[in-house]
Amino acid sequence: MNKELTREERADALGGMGCKRKRVEDARFTQGKGNYVDDIKLPGMLQGDFVRSPYAHAKIVSIDASAALALDGVVAVLTAEDLAPLGLHWMPTLAGDKQMVLADGKVLFQGQEVAFVVAKDRYIAADAVELVEVEYEELPVLTDPFAAMESDVVLREDLLGEGGSLPDGAHGPRKHHNHIFTWEVGEKDATEQVLQEADVVAEEMVYYHRTHPCPLETCGCVASMDKVNGKLTLHGTFQAPHAIRTVVSLISGIEEHNIRVISPDIGGGFGNKVGAYPGYVCSVVASIVTGVPVKWVEDRMENLMTTAFARDYWMKGKISATKEGKITGLWCHTTADHGGFDACADPTKFPAGFMNICTGSYDIPTAYLAVDGVYTNKAPGGVSYRCSFRVTEAAYFIERMIEILAIELNMDAAELRRINFIKKEQFPYQSALGWEYDSGDYHTAWDKALKAVDYDGLRAEQAQRVEDYKAGKTRKLMGIGLTHFTEIVGAGPVKNCDILGLGMFDSCEIRIHPTGSAIARLGTISQGQGHATTFAQILATEIGLPADSITIEEGDTDTAPYGLGTYGSRSTPVAGAATAMAGRKIRAKAQMIAAYLLEVHDDDVEFDVDRFVVKGAPEKFKTMKEIAFAAYNQAIPGIEPGLEAVSYYDPPNMTYPFGAYVCVMDIDVDTGVTEIRRFYALDDCGTRINPMIIEGQVHGGLTEALAVALGQEIAYDDMGNVKTGTLMDFFLPTAWEVPNYETDHTVTPSPHHPIGAKGVGESPHVGGVPCFSNAVNDAFRAFGLRHTHMPHDHWRIWKTANGLGLHG
Amino acid sequence: MIPAAFEYYRPKDMAGVLSVLQEHGDDARVLAGGHSLIPMMKLRMAEVPHLIDLQDVEGLGGISVDGDTVRIGAMTTQHDIIDNAALAAAAPIMREASLQIADPQVRYMGTVGGNVANGDPGNDMPGLMQCLDATFTLVGPDGERTVEARDFYEAAYMTDREDDEILTAVSFKAPKGGYAYEKQKRKIGDYATAAAAVLITKTDGKCSAASIAMTNLSDTPIWSEAAAEALVGTSLDDAAIAAAVAAMLGDIDPTDDNRGPVEFKRHAASIILRRAIETAWSRA
Repeated sequence: MNKELTREERADALGGMGCKRKRVEDARFTQGKGNYVDDIKLPGMLQGDFVRSPYAHAKIVSIDASAALALDGVVAVLTAEDLAPLGLHWMPTLAGDKQMVLADGKVLFQGQEVAFVVAKDRYIAADAVELVEVEYEELPVLTDPFAAMESDVVLREDLLGEGGSLPDGAHGPRKHHNHIFTWEVGEKDATEQVLQEADVVAEEMVYYHRTHPCPLETCGCVASMDKVNGKLTLHGTFQAPHAIRTVVSLISGIEEHNIRVISPDIGGGFGNKVGAYPGYVCSVVASIVTGVPVKWVEDRMENLMTTAFARDYWMKGKISATKEGKITGLWCHTTADHGGFDACADPTKFPAGFMNICTGSYDIPTAYLAVDGVYTNKAPGGVSYRCSFRVTEAAYFIERMIEILAIELNMDAAELRRINFIKKEQFPYQSALGWEYDSGDYHTAWDKALKAVDYDGLRAEQAQRVEDYKAGKTRKLMGIGLTHFTEIVGAGPVKNCDILGLGMFDSCEIRIHPTGSAIARLGTISQGQGHATTFAQILATEIGLPADSITIEEGDTDTAPYGLGTYGSRSTPVAGAATAMAGRKIRAKAQMIAAYLLEVHDDDVEFDVDRFVVKGAPEKFKTMKEIAFAAYNQAIPGIEPGLEAVSYYDPPNMTYPFGAYVCVMDIDVDTGVTEIRRFYALDDCGTRINPMIIEGQVHGGLTEALAVALGQEIAYDDMGNVKTGTLMDFFLPTAWEVPNYETDHTVTPSPHHPIGAKGVGESPHVGGVPCFSNAVNDAFRAFGLRHTHMPHDHWRIWKTANGLGLHG
Repeated sequence: MIPAAFEYYRPKDMAGVLSVLQEHGDDARVLAGGHSLIPMMKLRMAEVPHLIDLQDVEGLGGISVDGDTVRIGAMTTQHDIIDNAALAAAAPIMREASLQIADPQVRYMGTVGGNVANGDPGNDMPGLMQCLDATFTLVGPDGERTVEARDFYEAAYMTDREDDEILTAVSFKAPKGGYAYEKQKRKIGDYATAAAAVLITKTDGKCSAASIAMTNLSDTPIWSEAAAEALVGTSLDDAAIAAAVAAMLGDIDPTDDNRGPVEFKRHAASIILRRAIETAWSRA
């Protein structure tokens, strides 16, 4: 006979929340058995490929596809002219603008889609692309948003009104023909007055350069139109499959029940796979036209050059304080370079995302933010690269401004932060720019971080290094990068968060099988985050069945409940909450069944890990497994058979993860080479579901932060040519470049989330970028540097050192 | 990144290689490790209707160290170089440089022959070969000939090799004295921002001979005779090193790219050379 397990042993056996459960996904990924879009091969499938513009701004004079069409194996060549009768030569963007699917008379960025070739195989398609003759007439190129706002050159003639007037855009009045919107938050006059009266004001232009999420798997899809039953199946690399289904329905006119969108395994998204791209529309049209499936998968250069970029924010800032260092006001004006079309992926009411979290972790009484979006001859996008809607920009801005203010005040930057943190007792905290921070304990985290790295010791060592440098004993400087970030994730409450009118709730549907195993389906989609592992852990704890007996399924719109997908660290805050709530519905019904089976009143049983027990008589119980069987197979008066639940969760608020990071860096003044000696990351993501997955997320996010801070960029020359279109020049760190990370945590649960979890996938990126950058800037503080722009690659660091006269 | 169609050949001997080369002239190219050629074909920047894979050709691999003569077959990989104890003893600079080429996966495929014959100014081996005063063996329809590494490079991707010739081996005298291969790069897998190969012989506390070559700082590798001469006869004091660096700066001609502007590259080149000289001298 089996020995009776203790309560703890029963809890351990479930593999629920808090345990380091191994990722169930990894068996297939580590054996090459994943199933990605490019693995999908349907009978008779054709391949699509784009003719793309070599010019950043040009008129299309003519397109001659005759030679391409004459090539054996070429089935069709689509141009805007072919799509126009269907109204599909343009498509709506997520930001309320519209974007050309195929060049309609002109092109606005290098790499823009001009024609779509459909052929019997990928090689023939690529050959045919070369045979399409396009005649261009070059137009003046605008790559600088400030110049664009002054220029007579009109990029978007389609947005001009009669007689060249400027009708309002999706976000209100436009000031210039290359202007997209102005977004203002906070109190302008009051802030300016505070700045005027302040003891000290620090002012700086902080540029967050253009970069790219660069997932290992590029974007792609397979569209398959079944003309017999009228159903369209669209496999694709979609971070939001349900939203894609709705958008495809709205654009194409195909009824939504006739569209099935499937996101198979996805090899990283980081925001790049949120938007809708011309490749998707062209594949769908091509499948409708040809009657067979059509695949389109972009290559690495196409991915870097044309699908959604990130950042490109020029943030002019002013921060004021008393001479003791108490911050009194923050002012920011951002010029946002959106490229040729406004295809930013932000909730509709937030054209600059959550940039208004830019007061950061600090109690700043008065603040003002204005953002001007501008068109240029660059690729569209503006997605949240491993962050929640421009939170990375906001965190970088405030964490740089704090450092600059510390210089202005001649104060230690750690101490300046400490005296300005929002205090624990101030939560929930109303920020000057409109957010209600749900919870936080910044001082505890900060003190723990500084103690862990021996902050005072580091500063003493740094001071000695400066002396040694001045004495000619070393050519290496030491930088200490500090960051305390506050994120805002989990978009979001439907009352203020929607994308194209789609409310940003999420969902979970659970079916318990008679033998006590289960399947749960969610509206989200994992791209590597490990949802199949962690969501099963939430359920294991909530419903008392082992995580190993729970299948998690996502990404098929025919089977999963509707949800807005995975980005902006929203899966755990929103879908994770839905999962817990659905689990509680299961438990509520299980309680009634248990009470019936135990012949007591409903209120006389209570949940205990994996069972319901009679209160006060724990030897009388029914396990969840027994209850599941009874739910299906025993006639229980007044209770329907079956054990299923669905929950649609509309979060009452965002969640606000935070963290304290410290980076110690050595910098070779002569070569500009940086070496990260130490990186300490303390994250507070509330309740921790799987510490191992959290650690993995932190490592990944920090590595992408290192990339962005130290070299990763999408750079253009004056002609609008992309200079960083391959991985030779676009910096993707390898194990060699990545330092050792020390991870740590505090736990401040979210008060409004059912399990107190806040989300973590993006925190390390949001906090990591300013931390690396602050380390570089800090190394030169003793030599008079206030601020130098990212990316901090070798030559730019050398230039900074050179400008400070450090090369003799 | 889909290449145009090409014919693929995999001959077993040199005669097979030469017959395809003769038949198709500059429409044919030989393939060694493929790290330069295959990406160029995928980008459709190189059109190669006839591709001759050298993998099965007998006699193109192997490292021999015979007395002070080193001979390395063209198909020898960088991994083979790193792994060869006799070579590491005879010419440790080969191992030091090879370890700085990309990553292990690349080095398992990348070959000496491909690296030196392609004429890419970013490759590390050409400068190294010039520093070592190596000789290249070329085989063509008229038989075998040799050419000095220091005479081989004409411009980026332009060399003394004729279209119907293939480079079969490199050979050099085992260097004496101190050595160093110093390279600054942005990341693993990148070409050099600046790299320097330095050999120095010390006799009675003074430099009796030196050789210096720089990589990726002009459209060919730069063997800087003047830089070496500035060291000979000195005890490598600051003035001598400064003179060598100044002489090197007179020979290089870097261009702007994503690694940085010319001004930075010249600065990096001078730092890298100075460090290489100091390391080589410390080992001399």
